This record gives sequence, structure tokens and C-alpha cells, in this order.
Amino acid sequence: MKQITTTLSAIGLVTTAFMTYAPQALAGDLSIESWRVDDKSLWETKIIPAFNAEHPNIKVKFAPTAPTEYNASLNTRLTGGTAGDLIACRPFDVSLDLFKKGRLDKLNDLEGMKNFPDVAKGAWQTDDKATTYCLPMASVMHGFFYNKEIFKELGLSVPKTEDEFFKVLETIKSKSKYTPISLGTNDGWEMHQIVYTGVGPNYWKGEEGRQALITGKAKMTDPKFTAPYEYIARWNPYLSKGFKAQTYGDSQNLFALGRAAIYAAGSWDIAHFNKNAEFEFGAFYPPVKKSGDTCYISDHTDIGMGINSASKNKEDAKVFLNWLASEKFAELYSNEVTGFFSLSNHKITIKDKVANEMLGWRNDCKSTIRLNAQILNRGKKDLETTFWNVGAGVLSHTMTPEEGAKKIQAILDK
Amino acid sequence: MSWHPKIPLHVFVFLVPGVLIYTIFSAWPLIDTLLLSLYEQDDSGARHFVGLANYNILLFDNEWSNGFWNAMWNNLKFFVIHMLVQNPISLLIAALVSNRMLKGANTYRTLIFFPTLLSVVIVGFIWQLILNPLWGVSETLLGYIGLDDYFDAWLGMEPTALITIALISVWQFVGIPLMLIYTALLGIPDELSDAAYVDGASPRRIFWKIKLPLILPTLGLVSILTFIGNFNAFDLIYSIKGGLAGPNFSTDILGTFFYRTFFGFQSSLGSPTMGATVAAMMFFVILVAVMIYFYLVQRKLQRYQL
Repeated sequence: MKQITTTLSAIGLVTTAFMTYAPQALAGDLSIESWRVDDKSLWETKIIPAFNAEHPNIKVKFAPTAPTEYNASLNTRLTGGTAGDLIACRPFDVSLDLFKKGRLDKLNDLEGMKNFPDVAKGAWQTDDKATTYCLPMASVMHGFFYNKEIFKELGLSVPKTEDEFFKVLETIKSKSKYTPISLGTNDGWEMHQIVYTGVGPNYWKGEEGRQALITGKAKMTDPKFTAPYEYIARWNPYLSKGFKAQTYGDSQNLFALGRAAIYAAGSWDIAHFNKNAEFEFGAFYPPVKKSGDTCYISDHTDIGMGINSASKNKEDAKVFLNWLASEKFAELYSNEVTGFFSLSNHKITIKDKVANEMLGWRNDCKSTIRLNAQILNRGKKDLETTFWNVGAGVLSHTMTPEEGAKKIQAILDK
Repeated sequence: MSWHPKIPLHVFVFLVPGVLIYTIFSAWPLIDTLLLSLYEQDDSGARHFVGLANYNILLFDNEWSNGFWNAMWNNLKFFVIHMLVQNPISLLIAALVSNRMLKGANTYRTLIFFPTLLSVVIVGFIWQLILNPLWGVSETLLGYIGLDDYFDAWLGMEPTALITIALISVWQFVGIPLMLIYTALLGIPDELSDAAYVDGASPRRIFWKIKLPLILPTLGLVSILTFIGNFNAFDLIYSIKGGLAGPNFSTDILGTFFYRTFFGFQSSLGSPTMGATVAAMMFFVILVAVMIYFYLVQRKLQRYQL
């Protein structure tokens, strides 16, 4: 019997040993957590080699997770102690929450931080602006892409106002077999993050409306927030027949195959279409109501990079972050990961035509960020997904703009 | 003088591995989940005991209960569709392939069972492609029989999405009840049907009056397995509609609701304690159903010695 107990406790010890074992990176190795699955090969073939040219002793691995899964699985890995050394930071509250839980290191003393303007750092700071916990990497912009060949074939020009926009859509629908707008409601997120917060700032006057919603001076049921939904609902007849089951990937393919004339785009799509579309495409910002109105664009601080506070290799992680703050990286990133615009102060040139065009919008229009990204989501677990469902419902005419706005306001009121 | 049967030591030795594995990987996680549902986690990650507060929130606080009851209701619909479609079809096919006159019965059986062997991810992907309104083949196929006007984006519409996914699941899993019923039918001795035939019973009457009553216990088992499977379902919906179970949560069942609660989704963060509460509720639903089944149905079923 004694022998059995010893054997059992030995088994127990071995099991515990296995259970507490978690893969840990060796010193000199860095692993990056990110949601940019699409950029994996760019990191592996361009960015990491460029870093290694300067720091050959630090081995870097880029380990991305799908965007919709990222927050959840990152949380699980951070709790389990298996997350990478460097963490790509979502803007505002998601990362702020990680910092408050002690998952991210304070980066105030990081040398490279001085290369970024306050606006850029604002997305990854505590509310009192005293502590920055992620290094700003890039912003994305939202608007429309159009197929230049189809526009030429049908004799169309880029719409500047909403009336012109609908005229263009009507012409494409009646005079050709192309789908006017490539957009689907299956996945939901693009309905909100690209469409509603992309075309809406023209109605709520960008920052003005966004701040008013945060302070509670404005409500979602106000005309300036419901009118964009009414506008979006009018797009319904110009979508493909099965748009309700059309995924984001389907929309990309429909446009890339030249079967759709206009695509509601985020700037990150440029890289995809550069690779997959065989025609020339251009970009235009959300048309304004009347010609001469100020245009507003959603220029969203989207991605930063922080250090996992449980990392075994913080020294090398800091070296890497300082390199991310360098001009070389800004230039490399903005040009290689087309459609992500570096947030640093360096003067860089962007070679891609469409990306350059989009960057130029900053001179013509006023910038704002996605409506509910800052503060509003706090403690409201279903706000973001309700925005998605309302966007999808309004576009597919299963929900009226008023119903949708009421649903969102009810969550904001809680 | 009392007499104790002496249980030999080696019995324990042989039991230990099984008990140990079952305890570590099955019983303990379950108990731990039930315990976890009684706690709350604050921002710093510290947990403290809150009793049944989580259940109160889940069942009565609108922010949670709407989602929960929606998932529960959808799950019930999901189950009813399986009961109405999957099990009758598998009974019918089992009756057909157990017929000795049928040529190639083994081939049919294998083919119908085949989808069960496929990975759910593949099944979800294939059907998403088939039903895709942009590049799918279903519209063209319906066109051959003149029904293409009836085609729609079924997976993307609130009234039809859940039914469509349930039917895909039926397509995939119809083989399992088929096998169970088929084996039960094979177990019925030929003498019974031969005797009935000699007495002048039609094949249809033989099936309804002799074979069906004999396989009732198996049908009961199939029903309860369907129930457990459906209330634990997650993977097919996740692979087709993602964690958001759209459109507008119309395909959200308890499994996907649990997933979003426990792991979080997009900007909503996961809550292990609330997740444990949802998981515990799923466990109770299944437990109660299985108990009702065993006490009220299984005990009353008559069994015949064949």
C-alpha cells in the first residue's frame, strides 16, 4: 500500500509539473500579439528582417489572431501567462482596461515616445493623460473605393455630394450589370466601423458631435445621429441581391473581380486590392450633403504596441518599440502595410497612389475618430455589437433608423 | 458477528486510473464551474463570493436576460427542428436499409453516415459556399427545376437563418440516430415478422405494430441524445455565423451565448464568472431534461425479452 501512495504522489507531482508548465520565450526572443492576420507575410518578409538588420541578436515572431477573436483570446492568454512579449493595442478602452489590470507596462520613459504628437498618444493614455501605455503605430481612414474602368465605361465622375452619389448609383444600376455598392450585412462590423462612423461625421460634425455624445449633451435619437441611418437605408436597392448573407470577404471579392463599381472601404483594404484587383481603382471621401459643406472623415487611431508586463524579455521589447518609433519604421510600415498611416512626426513619403490620395483628405476635411471608441463603451458590454446589428438592420430594412437609435440610446442611458 | 466482504486490493488499483482521470478532467472542472458561478470578479481580477447574484442578473436583469432567453428560445427551436426532421428521417431510412430485399443497403448506409465523419468546420464552409448568393450553386440548381425565384440569402435573414443552420446540422448528424435505430431493428428476430406475415399482416402493419414498439427504448435514447447534443451545440453556428450569431442574434443559442460571455467578443470583455453562470444554467437545463426523461419516460417504457 505504501508503495502505491508513493507512486500516486509521484504521478500527482508529474501532473502538477505539467499543469504549471507554460511555454516561455527565451531571452533574445520576442513574440508579437496582433489582430493583423493579413499582414503576417509582410511582417515576416519585410519588417522583421529590416529590424534584424540593425539588431541581429533579437529573434522576433509575429503571431496574429483573427480580428474578431483577438480581444477575447488575448485576454485568455494574458490570464494564462502564455501571451507574447509585445501586444498590439486596440485604441482607448480595451487597452486601458488591460493597463488597469496590470497587463501592460507604463511606457512614459520610453525614448521613442517623443516622436509622436499628443493626439496620437491620446488613444493609449489614462484619462488624466499622465500615463501612456502603448506606442502609437498607425491610423486607418474610411471612405469609398471605385473601379476606375467601370466609371470610365459609364462616363461617371466621382460624386462630391449625396445627390451626385445617388445619381451615380442609379446610373450603374440601370445602365449596366454591375453591382453599384459591394457591401454585405453578414459580418456586421463593417456596417458600423466603415459605414456608419465613416459617413456619419458629415452629419454630426465630427468631433463636435462625438464629444456631445460623450458628455451626454446629445442623444443618439437626435436627428444628427439618425439622419446617417436614413441615408444608409437608401443604399438598400443598390446592393447585390444576396447582400444579407454577403460576408466581408465576399464584398472584397465582388469588388476585386470587377463585378461591383463602388466599395465601402477602410484604408487597410488598399493592400488587398493592390494584390487582387486587376483594374485601377481610386478613392473618394464620403460625399457631403450640399456642395460647399465642410467634409469630415473618420481618421481613426487604430493600432499601437505595448509591452506585456509578464514578459521575460522587457529589455529587448523596449529596443523593438524604440525601433518602431524610428523614421525608418514609419517609412517602411506606411509603404509596406499600405493603408495604415504612421502616426509619428516624421515626414515620410507614401508611394502608393490610393494611399497618398487618402492621406491627402486630411488637408481637405476635418478628422474625427470612430463615434463610440472612446469612453462610451465603458461598462456597456453590448454597445458595440448593438451598433453593428442596428447598422445591418437599417441597411436591410428590418429596423427603422428611429428604432435602432432608440435601442442604442437605451444602452447609453444605463 | 458481522461479516465484511473483503474486497481485494487490486480492485482499487484497477479503479484508480479511471477515477483519477474522470475526477481531474470531468468531475472537478464541473464542480469548479458551479463554484465559480457564485463569485464575482472586479477590475483588478480579484474574486469574491456573491452567492446567487450572478443567476439573478442572468435571469432577471434586462441587459443579460434578453440575450439569455433569446438564446434559450432559439436553442429550443433548434432542438424541435432536429426532433421533427432528423429523427423521423433516420427512422425511415433505418427501416428502409434494414430491409433484406434492398440491394446496396450497405452503400446507402455508409453514404448517409459519411457527413458525420466530416469536420464541422468543413461542413460549415461547404454549406456556406453552396448557399452563398454571390457564388453559390444552389440558385443555379434551383433554376434547373424552375424554382430559382424562391432562392434567397437564407443564411442572412432573421426568419430563416436558424432553420437553415438546423437543417445543415440535420444533414450532418442524421447518420448517428440512423445507426442506433438500424442496430435496434436488426436485433429483432426474423421469426416475429415471419409469424406475423403468416398470420396475414401487411409489411406496413408489421412495422407499426411489431417493430416500432420493440425499438421504442432506442427512440427514447435517440431523443435524449439529440437534446443533449443540441443544448451543447456551438461549433456549427460558430463556423457559419461567427461568435455574433447574426443576423441580429437570430441564430444565437446557449453555446454561442456562453462563448461571448466567457471569452468576450470584440470590445465587450469576457467574464469568467458570468460565463460559468451561463455554463451552469446549460448544465441544469440538460440535467433536468435528462432527469425528467429517466423518471417519467424511460422507467415506463416496456421492454420485451427477445
